[in-house]
Amino acid sequence: MTELSKTGAAVGEPTAASPAPTSFLEVRDLRVHFPTDDGLVKSVDGLSFQLEKGKTLGIVGESGSGKSVTSLGIMGLHTAGQYGKRKAQISGEIWLDGTELLSADPDEVRRLRGRQMAMIFQDPLSALHPYYTIGQQIVEAYRIHHDVDKKTAKKRAVEMLDRVGIPQPDKRVDNYPHEFSGGMRQRAMIAMSLVNNPELLIADEPTTALDVTVQAQILDLIRDVQKEFGSAVIIITHDLGVVAELADDLLVMYGGRCVERGPAEKVFYEPRHPYTWGLLGSMPRLDRDQQERLIPVKGSPPSLINVPSGCAFNPRCPYADVPKDNVTRTVRPELAEVDSRHWAACHMTEEQRERIWTEEIAPKL
Amino acid sequence: MLAYLIRRLFAAAVMLVVIVLVVFSIFFLVPKWAGVDIATSFVGKQADPHAVEAVREKLGLSDPIYAQVWHFFKGIFVGRTYAAGGDVTHCAAPCFGYSFRSEQAVWPVLTDRFPVTLGLALGAAVLWLVFGVAAGVLSALKRGSLWDRGAMVVALSGVSLPIYFTGLLASSIFVFGLHWMDGKYVSISDSFTGWLGGMILPWVTLAFLYAAMYARITRATMMEVLGEDYIRTARAKGLAEQVVIGKHAMRSTMTPILTMLGMDLGALIGGAILTETTFSIPGLGQAVLTAIKNQDLPIILGVTLITSLAVLVANLVVDILYAVIDPRVRLS
Amino acid sequence: MTTQRTSGRRKQALAAAAVVAGLLTTAACGGGNGSGSKNGAAGFDAANNKVAQADQVKKGGTLKFVSTQDADSWDTTRGYYGFMWDFSRYYSRQLLTYKTAPGATGAQLTPDLATDTGKVTDGGKTYTFTLRPGITWEDGKPITSQDVKYGIERSWAQDVLSGGPVYLQSMLDPNNTYKGPYKDTSQDHLGLKAVDTPDAKTIVFHLPKPNSDFLQVLAMVTASPVRQDKDTKSKYGLHPFSSGPYKFQSYSPGKGLVLVRNDKWNASSDPVRKAYPDEITLDISTNQTDSDQRLINGDYDIDLSQTGLGPQGRQIALKQNKDNLDNPVLGFIRYATFPTSVKPFDNIHCRKAVIYAADHVSIQTARGGPVAGGDIGTNMLPPSVAGGEGQKYDPYNIAGSGKNGDIAKAKDELKQCGQPNGFSTTIAVRNNKSQEVATAESMQASLKKVGINADIYQYDGSQIAGIIGSPSNVAKKKLGIVIMGWGPDFPTVQGYGIPLWDSKYILQSGNNNYALINDKTIDGLFDQYTTTLDESQKTQISTEINHKVMEGAYYLPFTFEKVLNWRSSRIGNVYTTNAYSGYYDFVNIGLKSSK
Repeated sequence: MTELSKTGAAVGEPTAASPAPTSFLEVRDLRVHFPTDDGLVKSVDGLSFQLEKGKTLGIVGESGSGKSVTSLGIMGLHTAGQYGKRKAQISGEIWLDGTELLSADPDEVRRLRGRQMAMIFQDPLSALHPYYTIGQQIVEAYRIHHDVDKKTAKKRAVEMLDRVGIPQPDKRVDNYPHEFSGGMRQRAMIAMSLVNNPELLIADEPTTALDVTVQAQILDLIRDVQKEFGSAVIIITHDLGVVAELADDLLVMYGGRCVERGPAEKVFYEPRHPYTWGLLGSMPRLDRDQQERLIPVKGSPPSLINVPSGCAFNPRCPYADVPKDNVTRTVRPELAEVDSRHWAACHMTEEQRERIWTEEIAPKL
Repeated sequence: MLAYLIRRLFAAAVMLVVIVLVVFSIFFLVPKWAGVDIATSFVGKQADPHAVEAVREKLGLSDPIYAQVWHFFKGIFVGRTYAAGGDVTHCAAPCFGYSFRSEQAVWPVLTDRFPVTLGLALGAAVLWLVFGVAAGVLSALKRGSLWDRGAMVVALSGVSLPIYFTGLLASSIFVFGLHWMDGKYVSISDSFTGWLGGMILPWVTLAFLYAAMYARITRATMMEVLGEDYIRTARAKGLAEQVVIGKHAMRSTMTPILTMLGMDLGALIGGAILTETTFSIPGLGQAVLTAIKNQDLPIILGVTLITSLAVLVANLVVDILYAVIDPRVRLS
Repeated sequence: MTTQRTSGRRKQALAAAAVVAGLLTTAACGGGNGSGSKNGAAGFDAANNKVAQADQVKKGGTLKFVSTQDADSWDTTRGYYGFMWDFSRYYSRQLLTYKTAPGATGAQLTPDLATDTGKVTDGGKTYTFTLRPGITWEDGKPITSQDVKYGIERSWAQDVLSGGPVYLQSMLDPNNTYKGPYKDTSQDHLGLKAVDTPDAKTIVFHLPKPNSDFLQVLAMVTASPVRQDKDTKSKYGLHPFSSGPYKFQSYSPGKGLVLVRNDKWNASSDPVRKAYPDEITLDISTNQTDSDQRLINGDYDIDLSQTGLGPQGRQIALKQNKDNLDNPVLGFIRYATFPTSVKPFDNIHCRKAVIYAADHVSIQTARGGPVAGGDIGTNMLPPSVAGGEGQKYDPYNIAGSGKNGDIAKAKDELKQCGQPNGFSTTIAVRNNKSQEVATAESMQASLKKVGINADIYQYDGSQIAGIIGSPSNVAKKKLGIVIMGWGPDFPTVQGYGIPLWDSKYILQSGNNNYALINDKTIDGLFDQYTTTLDESQKTQISTEINHKVMEGAYYLPFTFEKVLNWRSSRIGNVYTTNAYSGYYDFVNIGLKSSK
């Protein structure tokens, strides 16, 4: 715990006592820890960011980096379904449109869920209830938050299906999820999420389970509806390619913490963290052939129970010995502003990183 | 759907014929291999071979098996006439014959006893569904808690204790110890409250056994279902937790429970022998037990047929319900 | 396979039940048992061969029977169970019946439908009876001699009415020339030549050969009158037409029956039956523990089957309700017998060796001990049968100094048999009688001590006739020792012993003379018995037959069986009778309160 508080305030973020922010969504020093028999799993360990309406934030990282837990934490679903298990511990602040969600009445958060903030999940087949028709599930989502009769709600459901591009929506509304194709199912899922005009839409790996050809359509759809509804969107992905054209800002997570964040073009074209370089290296590019194009990050993601001391990335970092005095293995690097709104957490000097990026990494990409 | 039904019913009919053949074979072939003569057990202790032969004739035991099977089925659909030693009786369809021992017609025995067993099975089923499923859901929601552990210990003992033990214990305590109830079976047509009073212990005893199994299955299924993505989706919609559990999770949890229920109900109608014997309930199980002891083939056949039918019908109903609950199952 | 599982289950059930009984007794025992007949019970053994509480009986009320088994049939022609005969006196009368008196007196005959016990002429070959005035059926019509004859004729229709005893045929028509009333081509279906009905009040029986027990046979329920227009043939047992004080109101096989008063019955026409209760009910319960509990609880008055309380019921009742119990000796003897066709049992010394070697106390324990099992059996004629001497006759010193087995004598007999080191043999025992299996195991253990190695062969108990009742099968399987039990059909040496000991009764199937006794002396004594009319002489011959059987060492008697029967505190005029082998005489039991 002491370690937590020591590292927590480091980014110069506001403390809990600070006033309500002006951003639409602001996350401050979010920590989500899961007690297990093996120890405390620090899935998210001091994460902060802001997001404005109409903007898209991409959260990128490997599986286990804490990106999904972050989204569930925002939705208030991090503890849901954990019957009988030791409850997840969450701390920090999540401000949504002037309301702090973590200290709010759970019932109030529930009312916001689905209405002000909605979520799209990775696998639309398992995320839709197999025993209810698409229509029934959308109608239900609508009627939780709107006091209307079933007929009106169903009309709304057909409208939404039409909007997300499902042909013959008045017929398909009575189909079951298994009667839809994968892409159609994700469209239906999006329709269900948007049925209440949410101001915040979180898409957790929305295209991972889909065919490549369908992926682009779904991303287009998300972009379109965002424009139309003016919502704030968080896209969570392990694939930088997915957010390349969609996101305004990018946040790279590693081991439950943010290692780099900033405007998308900055993070893409002037990344200042070796892990981001690795992600870029492993990004599929159509203009390169198979052999060259994948430069995967070597090693495996860190344990979230015993996070490596110093920089969590040091065991996998090819440049871990660049800084002097073994500092990468003893001192945890804090986020430091490298440029306007562009932050990275690395012990190497800016010059060292700029040189490595321009001379060693960028040419290979 | 209709084609499916017809196919299933046809298969059921074939199944019933096979069952009858098996019962006939067991009844006739096994004693033959063992070298024993069924007819001798129907005569007095000093009867001569002549009398044994007469009895064999009367019971139709001297006919070849296929003829007996044929007569049996003919009796069911068009009736049959029994004639032995100047005693001529016509038995109208549906004729399942006459008891070898008491000489009463089998069909009224079945229609008299079937509702008794059905009442026992259904009443117990309601109890075990309500309590078993409720306990299972609670256990799943309070996983690892004292309640959960306690419920699972009770469930384990319910599964492993034989019914005659729990039954005897229950009647020793409640009927003979505390005198809370009379514990005697009363026909529902005589007195509804009397029937209820007499059935409570058998219901509870039987339900205890099954509730235990259902609690375990419900707990396991519920835990699995609660981990499903669509449950997370339901929560993400902003549904209240009780709706998430009661509607979305329950519906999926009910599917395996329903399958079990169909099988158990079917089996219970034929297999409540221990319960019926323990509590002296005049149902089908008791009838068939006595019939087996008495080598009373017509009653054995009748009960076997009606209980097989019950199992088949129960399975068919389960299949249909399954399709209603789970749209992915298409009856084709 | 099946049977083994059943016995395993039964053991489990017994164990479970014992636990329950233990719980119950400890829970309910607080009151102690000092205060004797506080509930009005007559006392332990108060109705054993004597009458209990006759003066307390009032008219009216409902007498409630319970039983774990139904009768084989309530048809008077077809019933063979002892309790059915006992119970049938409620609704059927015969020319003669047994005296309604305890013990040995109860086995004496007394006129019922007839005015006297008959006029015997023609050297014991002709019996003439006159019917009493005022005897009626349940519809008020008089009972005629033709009705009696028709009822007797039905016994010949074994093809329709199987199951009952056939003594009437063997005495009246031993060659089975009559084919029964249903195949009888004469107009009135009364074609049985051996019986004449010169008028409606007179009936004459012509026996081809005298038989001194003919009156006994006429007193059997098989000789009840049946009215032709009420004869539903094979279905008659579902609703017999009453000639007695009670008639069937309802009967559901395997579930129970209700008898109500037959208001057409004239008490003045019936010197035997008192007809105290207004109603008599029988409930069949499938669970003995439960039905015992209900007896003890007072829900029922008496056990129809008279087989005694089960282990749990005994334990509770002996502790708390001893005054409601009787412990009568039944007419049943449990025994082992030695088929003389199986070597070395053709040699009397080898048979004697087994008798001497057996541990009789251990066998008694296996049977259930002195209370539930019975007295150690010392000879083969039940004490309830005329001529039976009980333990007073003990030729092999079974109940005396040899009761734990006399190894020296057994070895000596083995030497004389030419098998000084013993031999091997097989004990045949029914697999559905746990006590019989236990006795077989006891014998196996004690025989081993003298070098006799016995295997135990368990067979399906419902198949007696084809397995041990088939001499060729017995010889083939070398079944040297057969364990069985036997009770009298009527309380004379003929009603008990003829099928067991007379060489004429050796049958190829359904044989009961398992030892294959073929002794001219014994056959001769039976012939002599059947032609002797003097009762004391008959008794003497009976004793002699028993002695001859014992001297031949064909049998090792186990027990003179005893049971522990329950009588509720509500009933009076209760007594056991030798007529029904020590059962309570049901017919004149009354209730102490008409409510």
